[in-house]
Amino acid sequence: MSMNGSRDRQVCSKAIPERMSGNEAVSYAIKQVNPDVMPAFPITPSTEIPQMVSTFIANGEIDTAFIPVESEHSAMSAAIGAEAAGARTMTATSSAGLALMWEELLLAASNRLPIVLTLVNRTLSGPININCDHSDGMGARDTGWIQIYAENNQEAYDNYIQAFPIAEDPRVHLPVMICQDGFITSHAVENIELLETEHVRRFVGEYRPEEFLLNPGKPVSVGPYAISAYSMEAKRAQEAAMERAGEVILEVADRFHTMSGRGYGFFEEYRTEDAEYLMVIMGSAAGTAKEAVDELRNEGHKVGIIKIRVFRPFPEKEIAEAIHKSGCKAVAIMDRCESYNGNSGPLGSEIPAGLYRNKVMVDTVNYIYGLAGRDFTVDHVKDVFKELAQVAQGAKPAPHHKYIGLRE
Amino acid sequence: MKKTVEIRWHGRGGQGAKTAALLLADVAFKTGRCVQGFPEYGPERMGAPITAFNRISEDQIRVHSNIYDPDYVVVVDETLLHSVHVTDGLKEDGAIIVNTPRSPKEVRSLLRGYQGRVFTVDARRISEETLGRNFPNTPMLAATAAVCGVMNRKEFLGEMESSFAHKFAKKPEVIKGNMAALEMAYDQVEKDMAKTNVSPVDQKATAKQMKQSA
Amino acid sequence: MRTDITYINERSPYTDLTEGLQLYAGGTSRLFKTGEWRTNTPVLDQDKCRQCLLCAPVCPDSSIPVQGGRRLDFDYDHCKGCGICAKVCPFGAITMKEGIEA
Repeated sequence: MSMNGSRDRQVCSKAIPERMSGNEAVSYAIKQVNPDVMPAFPITPSTEIPQMVSTFIANGEIDTAFIPVESEHSAMSAAIGAEAAGARTMTATSSAGLALMWEELLLAASNRLPIVLTLVNRTLSGPININCDHSDGMGARDTGWIQIYAENNQEAYDNYIQAFPIAEDPRVHLPVMICQDGFITSHAVENIELLETEHVRRFVGEYRPEEFLLNPGKPVSVGPYAISAYSMEAKRAQEAAMERAGEVILEVADRFHTMSGRGYGFFEEYRTEDAEYLMVIMGSAAGTAKEAVDELRNEGHKVGIIKIRVFRPFPEKEIAEAIHKSGCKAVAIMDRCESYNGNSGPLGSEIPAGLYRNKVMVDTVNYIYGLAGRDFTVDHVKDVFKELAQVAQGAKPAPHHKYIGLRE
Repeated sequence: MKKTVEIRWHGRGGQGAKTAALLLADVAFKTGRCVQGFPEYGPERMGAPITAFNRISEDQIRVHSNIYDPDYVVVVDETLLHSVHVTDGLKEDGAIIVNTPRSPKEVRSLLRGYQGRVFTVDARRISEETLGRNFPNTPMLAATAAVCGVMNRKEFLGEMESSFAHKFAKKPEVIKGNMAALEMAYDQVEKDMAKTNVSPVDQKATAKQMKQSA
Repeated sequence: MRTDITYINERSPYTDLTEGLQLYAGGTSRLFKTGEWRTNTPVLDQDKCRQCLLCAPVCPDSSIPVQGGRRLDFDYDHCKGCGICAKVCPFGAITMKEGIEA
């Protein structure tokens, strides 16, 4: 492989304390990475990202080529073209924008193009609404993209920087979606520790694809038609890359830890040791849940959180092991998205499947919360743990697929 | 200061309540605090009632929900007192700060039985006197900083001056007026806080707060 | 990674395929002998042919090679026997013969 060897020599970066919104943080990371091409079409709540990047370009701070397009369908099409041509390419979108990219999302993944998309999670219509839930990201969960979710602006920033080395690793060559909660983190100003640009650039390295379209004398065809005799093998090979992505994500996290002092894994276990009741949750609500856990622990309740960071590839076995290891009596599985399958949300389906396959037999209750920006509070978390205890003690039948904060 | 102070801003779209919340987060950040400043987003437009929030803490802030039991409430537009329940959940040992030419006594009748401290700031007058125009959020920001005790007067004014120097680098002539607006509002509220004519509940609350900040 | 795609065929395991089935070469259609699909075969009568070259551009499979302004004989490895060339020839120089041999 011809990846930049200087990536291996990593030193600690100085931490630069700042305060920024999540959108500002990701835009700042983009400025530090200085990607080659950004085709984008604005959509709330991710609009600020292309807006800020355009400003950086106009100010001559970076030399990214910004392609203004007429739709997200075109944005992802242009991203595919640019990445195939050999340019490090990224874009940003939300909600309906991601939905309009649907066809191209699958093409980006199946053509094995390491595009990075920053997704600012917003609900999908209808009813038409601009606020946060995970229905856009979850809608794209089977498109072959790696998906990494953030709790706050810091994680959105850190995950973004890690996205390129993950996507571009020759063992992976898959696009990566870096997700954060619309408005809740994208528009909230919070403390953050930035890294030095020089260290970020060294961490990400120079993009040197081995095969690309604009490579004189070395012709390549991208995205050819494949008959049935080849298509199934191609899909299996793509799935194998997703399986390999797991180890690469951990390796990159390890290098990132060395540089920043901040450690990341597939998920974060928060006070899960000896926990009787666990909550599995993803995104900004995990912070609220941690606060509730601390308060409950102070009152003597043994509760903990598993915060999923990497949703694709789905760390099914590791989650099952973590739940098993805690020895907990019941698990609340929190979905900020409805699946409309008559049973459960996406995590509510995938986690129990993983528990079953790994022979971890524990009661689970699937909760749907925070749809279309419905607020999710510390008290909600406490109510969930209270109900979980009642279920485990047999005082209450396990509710099946329950909504939080719903008027009934 | 308490470990974590929660502030809720009530304003109307276009009045700068969100900007004031972000500015407060900014100043508090500069004095080494952990901060959060965020608006409640919706499709509202100019004139519609809006809320914005601040959390200011010595520790990392992890909660990502709106604020339902604030320590302080700031009302940037007093006409909201008739339509929005601004004191909902407001702690009795906290305070409400209202932009109005009226006295706290006059305003209290509109506060749905709130027993805690009430401060009023004639932000319009201060702004017009110092800036020649109605920018109520500058005096309201200073009044809020004074009441919630996030930082002392010197820290606050010092940080604001350097912010203005950066923000108004191209029109430094407006810095003086903005600083005067801040000082006027800060000093008035500080004087009001020191007055003894507070209710017994208020005295208890003030004592409790001083103890917590000690 | 640059792979000699001529080694990939319908018996190759998935691990031997290229990433995204990318093709690391130009003009790879030449490797695919579509001439096997032919049931009728065009035959050129050199005496009747005036080298007007109307046939070459209409061939959908680029199976009429042209060199130095003159057409050569058919590329039977790739000609599918569609008969368009015979139809377009103004001089009756191309006839379609039943079967796969010229």
